Amino acid sequence: MTTERTAGRAERAVAEAEVTTGHEVGRLSREQQVLQRIERARRRPPKIRESRITLAHGAGGKATHSLIEGMFVEAFRNPTLEELDDGAVLSVGANRLAFTTDSYVVSPLFFPGGDIGDLAVNGTVNDLAVSGARPLYLSAGFILEEGFPVAELQRIVTSMAAAAERAGVQVVTGDTKVVQRGKADGCYVNTSGIGVLERPVALGSSHVRPGDAVVVSGPIGDHGVTIMLARGELDIAADLASDTAALHGLVDVLLDAAPGVRLMRDATRGGVATILNEVAQAAQLAVVVDEASVPVRPAVTGACELLGIDPLYVACEGRLVAVVDGAQAEAALAALRGHPLGDGAAVIGRVAADPPGMVLLRTAFGGTRVVDMLVGDPLPRIC
Amino acid sequence: MRFVDEYRDADKAQALATEIAALCEPGRQYKFMEVCGGHTHTIYKHGIEDYLPESVSLVHGPGCPVCVIPMGRVDDAIAIAHEPGVIMTAFGDMMRVPGGNGSFLDAKAAGADIRMVYSPLDALKIARTNPDRKVVFMAIGFETTSPSTAMTVLRAAAEGIDNFSVFCNHVTILPAIKAILDSPDLRLDGFLGPGHVSTVIGCRPYEFIARDYGKPLVCAGFEPLDLLQSVFMLLKQLAEGRCEVENQYTRVVPWDGNLRALAAIGQVMQLRPYFEWRGLGFISHSALRMRDEYAAYDAEHLFEVPGVRVADPKACQCGEVLKGVLKPWECKVFGTACTPETPIGTCMVSSEGACAAYYNFGRFTRQRLTEATRV
Repeated sequence: MTTERTAGRAERAVAEAEVTTGHEVGRLSREQQVLQRIERARRRPPKIRESRITLAHGAGGKATHSLIEGMFVEAFRNPTLEELDDGAVLSVGANRLAFTTDSYVVSPLFFPGGDIGDLAVNGTVNDLAVSGARPLYLSAGFILEEGFPVAELQRIVTSMAAAAERAGVQVVTGDTKVVQRGKADGCYVNTSGIGVLERPVALGSSHVRPGDAVVVSGPIGDHGVTIMLARGELDIAADLASDTAALHGLVDVLLDAAPGVRLMRDATRGGVATILNEVAQAAQLAVVVDEASVPVRPAVTGACELLGIDPLYVACEGRLVAVVDGAQAEAALAALRGHPLGDGAAVIGRVAADPPGMVLLRTAFGGTRVVDMLVGDPLPRIC
Repeated sequence: MRFVDEYRDADKAQALATEIAALCEPGRQYKFMEVCGGHTHTIYKHGIEDYLPESVSLVHGPGCPVCVIPMGRVDDAIAIAHEPGVIMTAFGDMMRVPGGNGSFLDAKAAGADIRMVYSPLDALKIARTNPDRKVVFMAIGFETTSPSTAMTVLRAAAEGIDNFSVFCNHVTILPAIKAILDSPDLRLDGFLGPGHVSTVIGCRPYEFIARDYGKPLVCAGFEPLDLLQSVFMLLKQLAEGRCEVENQYTRVVPWDGNLRALAAIGQVMQLRPYFEWRGLGFISHSALRMRDEYAAYDAEHLFEVPGVRVADPKACQCGEVLKGVLKPWECKVFGTACTPETPIGTCMVSSEGACAAYYNFGRFTRQRLTEATRV
């Protein structure tokens, strides 16, 4: 069937070219020329075209990548940074340390399931955990707006302390700045974290192989949709809470059960789709996702359907995405499901050799589509 | 999800695909245009083309409302947004559409107060809570969205809200279809009619397409099975030698449309003598403006609108691509002057436009992608 279709397609293409132009060779090569030109443009290092920063530069998609690669990596270039992983892995004496930083500007500051405080601890703990490290120490930097209620700050700090205790990390240094009213949105938090790599794991996109399985630790998109609804702009109510959680324990059981873990990521901004695109591009392999296997809560599906956005691009704050040796996929899944934070885990896809650098989706409807890197924020559609 | 999952059943799709294949005459090529951008989105999102035989191709039509907005109108809206005291409001998918000098997102970064809304009523709410500001709604879209704009203006009038106005860019679908039909090099075998527009205008207005132009039209719904069934209905008409307007989307679309919605449009808006469409040029009677009685709500009346026309570059061949005459890569500016980062024409503006899709994924044949997803 398949070869018949291919042959038929080729014959028709040639026939069509002959009928319409009369010189099929020139015509076919012209399409090739155009494609090659695009390929050359694509290979050029990313450049920042805009004269001002727009929200798209912070959305995690193509604009963010062009900013990071076109400006930050250019300026700070070194082999550790060039890995562009969630955390940097550093050799200090005989030890391997993981180091990471993240800033939190979520609005609203308090939302169902969490607040900016536990988000700031969990997010940085997770960046360390997915680097394969045991999280140890955090810093906490606060940028506060003049007039911000002390009671709210107390709430945030209390929740940070509780999250740090749950994650087994200590906040060992910090910083406070207050800016004039109107110069910030209440409270921003930055945390940096240090962890130690105690296992002999080698993680990263260079270890990914065709045949590997892609696993997520639970339903996706809870955090992003919760935040959108908590902003109160949509007049939609749903029984949803953020999934913010520290993932180091889950990472531990996964690495115990499946030493063939190739890489792990924390599916935050840009969602699962963005992570898989980064993996596919870095490894120059294809990631093929089976839409029907992707766990999404009905409330998230419903909200996304109404808003015209794709759950694959919606942020999570407590979901692990792991690429695992295909032979260990079942063991990995069983281990994740045995942990309270992983009981909704699922294998959502696999790695293939072709087409390199692409994420493909086998839709639940039975079709195929490309899951591209986001161009800007996931904007709702009107039609 | 109820009322959604029923229309996404892969087994039913497979059954329909078999019937579709059986209806195709061997050796004949079929080209159908889906007029509406929402259909393009469904086709892309669910991978519907995998269910169609090689001989059936779908051509993306002019029905993406943000893509057909000419650059000059975006520039005008940005000029209004920069006026002192103005809050510009717009639908999310309008935010990224480039004008001659950047998009709403760029203007927002440059200091304009531009906010995303989900409905014109949200814009009215902003006007109510910001009485000292002038709130302008960037109204775009076909007959699908114009009733809600009209109703919002009527609500503003009833409530006496005087700091709300509309920058009206509403367009009408029939002249655009007619412009495509009038093209001498048209190569289409039929139309998938825009279901959402039809909930307002009904199916009757399409009758001239079958009667005068000899092209069948099936008014189609937006779930994947709706589209497959509509393709089936078009092929069945062709196979039986019929040429009619049929309604697949009967659960939503009344044959005569929604008279109350039409009345609201008629009360607040009137046809413009002509309007420019990105990629298609000027089309007579193809857009709406506010009636003079509602000048107090008409941003074009209230603000100095530069009205500078930013011409589509002559080399842009979106019109030909839309009509299915040219393939994206055959356009003179494709991939050089016109890229997804710096789009010139409508087909490159939307990520689902024919040119943007080809630019991003053209190096991979459908065959190669489909095979890659098989286990």
